[in-house]
Amino acid sequence: MTEPILKVSNYNIDFWVDGVWYPAAIDMNFEVLPGQVLAIVGESGSGKSTTAMGLMSLLASNARTSGSVKVKGVEMVDAPASTLRKFRGKEVAYIFQEPMTALNPVYTIGFQIVETLRNHFDLGPKEAKARAIDLIGMVEIPNPEGSFDKYPHQLSGGQRQRAMIAQALACDPGLLVADEPTTALDVTVQAEILDLMRNLRDRLNSAVLLITHDMGVVADLADDILVMKDGLTVEHGTTDQIFNRPQHPYTQSLLASVPKLGSVAVRELRAPEGSQNAPVLKLENVEIEYPKRGRIPAFKAVTEFNLEIRPGEIVGLVGESGSGKTTVGRAAIGLLPISSGRLEVVGHDISNATQKDLRKIRRQTGIVFQDPASSLNPRLPIGESIGEPILLAGVAKGDELNRMVEDLLDSVELPRSYRNRYPHELSGGQRQRVGISRALALTPDLLIADEPTSALDVSVQARFLELLQDLQDKLKFACLFISHDLAVVDILSHRIAVMQHGRLVEVGERDQILKNPQDPYTQRLISAVPLPDPELQRIRREARLAAK
Amino acid sequence: MFKKKVKEQLSSTDQNENAIANKETEGLSQGQIVRRRFVRHRAAMISLWSLIVMVLFVFTASGLHLGNEQNPITIHGWWNWSITDIDPELSIGADGIVGAPTLDLIPSFIDGTGFNIGNHPFGQDDIGLDYFALVMRGAQQSIVVMVIIGLIAAFIGTVVGAVTGYFRGWVDAILMRFTDFIITIPAIIIGSVIGFQFGNLGVIFLATYLGLFSWTGLSRLVRGEFLSLREREFVDAARVAGAGSARIVFKHILPNAVGVIIVSVTLLMSGAIITESALSYLGFGVVPPDVSLGLLISKYQDSFTTRPWLFWYPGMFIIAIALCINFIGDGLRDAFDPRQRRRITKKDRAEAKLAKARA
Repeated sequence: MTEPILKVSNYNIDFWVDGVWYPAAIDMNFEVLPGQVLAIVGESGSGKSTTAMGLMSLLASNARTSGSVKVKGVEMVDAPASTLRKFRGKEVAYIFQEPMTALNPVYTIGFQIVETLRNHFDLGPKEAKARAIDLIGMVEIPNPEGSFDKYPHQLSGGQRQRAMIAQALACDPGLLVADEPTTALDVTVQAEILDLMRNLRDRLNSAVLLITHDMGVVADLADDILVMKDGLTVEHGTTDQIFNRPQHPYTQSLLASVPKLGSVAVRELRAPEGSQNAPVLKLENVEIEYPKRGRIPAFKAVTEFNLEIRPGEIVGLVGESGSGKTTVGRAAIGLLPISSGRLEVVGHDISNATQKDLRKIRRQTGIVFQDPASSLNPRLPIGESIGEPILLAGVAKGDELNRMVEDLLDSVELPRSYRNRYPHELSGGQRQRVGISRALALTPDLLIADEPTSALDVSVQARFLELLQDLQDKLKFACLFISHDLAVVDILSHRIAVMQHGRLVEVGERDQILKNPQDPYTQRLISAVPLPDPELQRIRREARLAAK
Repeated sequence: MFKKKVKEQLSSTDQNENAIANKETEGLSQGQIVRRRFVRHRAAMISLWSLIVMVLFVFTASGLHLGNEQNPITIHGWWNWSITDIDPELSIGADGIVGAPTLDLIPSFIDGTGFNIGNHPFGQDDIGLDYFALVMRGAQQSIVVMVIIGLIAAFIGTVVGAVTGYFRGWVDAILMRFTDFIITIPAIIIGSVIGFQFGNLGVIFLATYLGLFSWTGLSRLVRGEFLSLREREFVDAARVAGAGSARIVFKHILPNAVGVIIVSVTLLMSGAIITESALSYLGFGVVPPDVSLGLLISKYQDSFTTRPWLFWYPGMFIIAIALCINFIGDGLRDAFDPRQRRRITKKDRAEAKLAKARA
């Protein structure tokens, strides 16, 4: 039996908030062996990141820890600062979620790797640089010598994450703590990073503690899984046990709410009665350009875009970040002007519309934004936010408006008393419900949903998608559902459109796109989505590698 | 979680559950909520009332003196000395100091002499003028200057900042260059030239003049705030809801920028007293025999060791006014910011404990 690299026993973390100790992690017990990947999964607020930060005493000053954390047999809880400093970076290295904020923007990545190296080893500048270039090559960043002198903003998101992994690996750490390492990345990039991490694990035999909420990533990488909820360990077992024979009801419901590609039947098309088949949204050869500003040249975000949405139809628009899908959504509602082509919304041509012309379409369209925290005015009680479209359209005011706002809150299953609350007093899922009730306040014919679930936990996302389906059954609006998550689009849509680099690469019925994609990009996109099933994912991964 | 549970238990024991629920669902507008929160802010309400009382006291004491020197309009106040009446009989203090204050607030069981206002409660100045009358008149002038400067600067600064930050483009370029131009003008020098050419034009003219020069900093701050706020998604959401530019600026963005505006205006108003005394010193604005608080302080700063009350009383009024305005500003800022919470009091803690015990 090999010695575990990390051994955590009876470990507790509490936070002192407003005169009360709130537990964030309760009685944690686990160990990680060399070459093993332990995944801690759970929803936001379950204490998984806090546990990871607590291992090296990286918590805020209002935290209290008890129990024992042993790294290579050395106790870390209440250890002196000098011991901790020796272990941080050298024995335990961290990879964070957002590489842009975790890397210092004013230093080159080479400088930052050299800094880590020279902090822990007695190395001259030349040797350190040579070693740093080795590391950059090891994480497969093209042209290691040239990339050494690049600043974080000059690299793509995936390369940045690689640079951070290189920095973390600088001292051959025994344990790598990866806190949501791929959450900020596109699926195809995510697949590459996961491959890289698996390679490195095999080559360096280091242990990995993976923190994530994405069951697909877990299925791809983990050997053991620990499920957390409200600071408690709910279940702990091998990947096979957790996925195929989950014991605890919470684990079962968590797995059930993870959307799986191709698991639901196509929904019936529900169009409003008596409507002709005239499209609600029609884009013909649309081109959208961000004008040049100062020395930054004009940028064509969308070119040659053709799409029609019929009444009552949900069309999913997928693509990676920067592909222009949000731009299309914003143009469809008149928030961005199009530079050429023809754009028709609910029977009005708004290709060259002025603000005044756009007023006409406002009553028949609605939009749900990606980030509910920023799309609700923080200084406005939510009742007023919801009532605003009704008030401005002149439909109702005073008591009648109050009644309509209450009905809207009822329809999205929020208590009426929430109307006087401010957005920050609501949870993420509740805020997004407010967003949708505002978008549907005037019962529009067309709803644009711009990544409405990307900020939500899976179980909340599942409830939100159900709610959206119920509302669509009742109100029969057409919907352009923008998402980077194919599995979510799969649940809702009748048709799917795929975008890449501002172009539409493929449009088709849902099953045709998912089961028989024609375009190579669509094929790549679908094969990169990790499946929340370890066995299937392994087969798929091998097929993908073989195809390379 | 825990708080919610406590709340549920509390309400379940409450007989008037329905009444409370109805009250909770009653729709409130942003304005109503802000007003309620302001009224609940203890420090701000105390300051507001103190300021009102102080203003009434000061203005009724010395009366109103409007109009110019040829045909003055005067309403006499309740204090029997005016700022030009010289009392030949000097008040002599305990140590034989001439012109000492006759005000005695210490009751007789401590020092033997009873509570007494006397003839000249704040004492007399060099030539025997009643200092109470001077301080009252000075406070009146300073309050007028402060309010006018604050209003003018807040209005111009906010409007210019909001318009430039929201519309950007050429509007921004023109207005901001105009702002730069105003910043480069030395207000004090031009003020002294005007004072020299046209003589004393009165305190209202002075305050308006200063207000026209002091909005620049505020407009820059507001512009910066608007530039960042206009990119937030809730602005797009409002536009989709059908809101026009005016509604977006005043209803959606401005309340989010209120913190910056209030902090900078309260600082500006406190600073106005000093600027006013500097210009008055140059003969533009408040000139003797008229007085302002700033003028009194600069005139008697040498007397601090020998006759300190000449310094104390105007100083006390400046501090009291500035503090009141700062607290009212704090209250407004907290009322507009939903994240600001009332601090947990002992009473809240006791209630929470009680609820826990009951559960």
